[in-house]
Amino acid sequence: MTNARANRISKSMLNEWYWGWFLVAPTIVGLIILNIIPIGQTLYMSFFKSGDFGKGNLFVGFDNYRKLLSDDQVWHAVKNTLLYAVMVVPTSIVIALIAAVLMNGKLRGKSLYRTIYFIPMIAAPAAVTMVWRWLYNTKFGLINYGLSKLGLGPVDWTTDPNVALVSIAIIGIWSVVGYNMVLLLAGLQEIPRDYYEASEIDGAGKLRQFVVVTVPLLSPALFFVLVTSIIQAMQVFDVIYMMIDIQNPAYDNTVSLVYLFYNNSFKYSNKGYGSAIVMLLLAIIMIITVIQMRAQKKWVKYM
Amino acid sequence: MHTRSKLTTFAIHVILLIGACLMIIPFLWMVLTSFKSVAESTSLNPFVLLPSEWKWSNYSAVFKQNNFLILYFNTSAMIALRILCSLLFSAMAAYAFARLKFPGRNLLFGLVLFQMMVPTQIFIIPQYLMVDSMGMRNTIFALVFPGLVSAFGTFLLRQFFMGLPKELEEAAKIDGYNIGQVFVKVMLPLARSGMVALGIFTALFAFKDMMWPMIVNTSSSAATLSSALAKIQSAYSVNYPELMAASVIAIWPMLIVYVLFQRQFIEGIATSGGKL
Repeated sequence: MTNARANRISKSMLNEWYWGWFLVAPTIVGLIILNIIPIGQTLYMSFFKSGDFGKGNLFVGFDNYRKLLSDDQVWHAVKNTLLYAVMVVPTSIVIALIAAVLMNGKLRGKSLYRTIYFIPMIAAPAAVTMVWRWLYNTKFGLINYGLSKLGLGPVDWTTDPNVALVSIAIIGIWSVVGYNMVLLLAGLQEIPRDYYEASEIDGAGKLRQFVVVTVPLLSPALFFVLVTSIIQAMQVFDVIYMMIDIQNPAYDNTVSLVYLFYNNSFKYSNKGYGSAIVMLLLAIIMIITVIQMRAQKKWVKYM
Repeated sequence: MHTRSKLTTFAIHVILLIGACLMIIPFLWMVLTSFKSVAESTSLNPFVLLPSEWKWSNYSAVFKQNNFLILYFNTSAMIALRILCSLLFSAMAAYAFARLKFPGRNLLFGLVLFQMMVPTQIFIIPQYLMVDSMGMRNTIFALVFPGLVSAFGTFLLRQFFMGLPKELEEAAKIDGYNIGQVFVKVMLPLARSGMVALGIFTALFAFKDMMWPMIVNTSSSAATLSSALAKIQSAYSVNYPELMAASVIAIWPMLIVYVLFQRQFIEGIATSGGKL
């Protein structure tokens, strides 16, 4: 090290470097071992056909991907996953937004409402799905019992191929509304009251106020909720796993990409094919993320 | 916003109450069914709302067939260790990323962001193979393994540290504190609310996660509450009162924690949303 350089890098600076490296070391080493290397390994494995538990790997080039493209199950799963997201994300955000707007401001029992709406988020999906399965039961379920009192026929909520994905989406919406509402309510509370007062002086009605003041000023929170909801919806697994087994006649119409990944990797022990499926999921999520980032510039207004 | 008329307030309460009922009814039905006999639970004519006799035997039956004490222990050990690791390591890294200048900082923080953008399933097979090759399947360590460090936690706490005023740190430095002392004695106490939020997130995520414990801890004495429920369902799928009893046993501890710390839960979630 030359003298000039030694002068530039003073002792206190070096000290700061050491502390910085020391403090980030556990996290970075952990991330590299647990996450970064595995990404490479998953990509690598997707070019292999694997026997039991990764032993007896056979290089097959792009075969897994070729199989992927001609596999009906995969296309079902892509369609189901996207359809699930399309059903759950907008509906849950709209309901959450309505609830948040109604709760915003002075309202007795506000925190009690908030607490109750958030409860589904606390419960384990396995338990939640079990009780919904019971509510959905064709013969003895509470929902069909209610429908029969209205003179409506029994619905095969969990086995009818045309209905089962909707039933799953209902559970998804029910679980996530409270979480989204809490985030949106926090966003609403940050909007200064002056904006509403000003628009009132301008003679804006309630609805106009909502469109002109609330939505633009809430757009960063809405964007955050949208991004997290979509990523979660694309990874749907627990509810479908608990509700639809492979023999279920609605399996083809409900299987999601992650469920397919699980079955292939751990049930049929074909980790190579499972890896290829997860790479497809990654590609789809990346595409959606890029679209969102582009669209964000058009509608999200940061204060 | 501003004062609402009495009629509007009434209408708002009606709508919100309907919503609240929809949120609660599945849980009520879970509890009611768990106390019924199979005959009562499947009786439609007459329709049975309340059990004629509150049958605790459903609970004792599932308790006998499944060792819930071990499941409680596994689940709480996993949650406690994951909270400990993610708080400790994330706080350290977050402080460095927020306040210290060192070569490679941006690149390394990019790594953190990158991890958060990738679907978690991409890590699962290699993580499973690692645990397997260490011979650590069916252990508490296996349950904690993917949560040893947390990119999300690092990101969340970095935002918290960046929001804190710099004056206190500078004063402490003048007093002769070194960087480690500033971090532990000055900054950590200030980041309490962020750490509470991260702790809650970590606990909820670990509690609800089903796939990882299902894959890595297949022995029933090493399962968690979530993964055990999946097994229980396939084991006796027709006896709904017992299934509901098992569900109640699995979720009540978290519900109690939530009711006791609801403010921290909701505010933790709310503030983290604003930080991201």
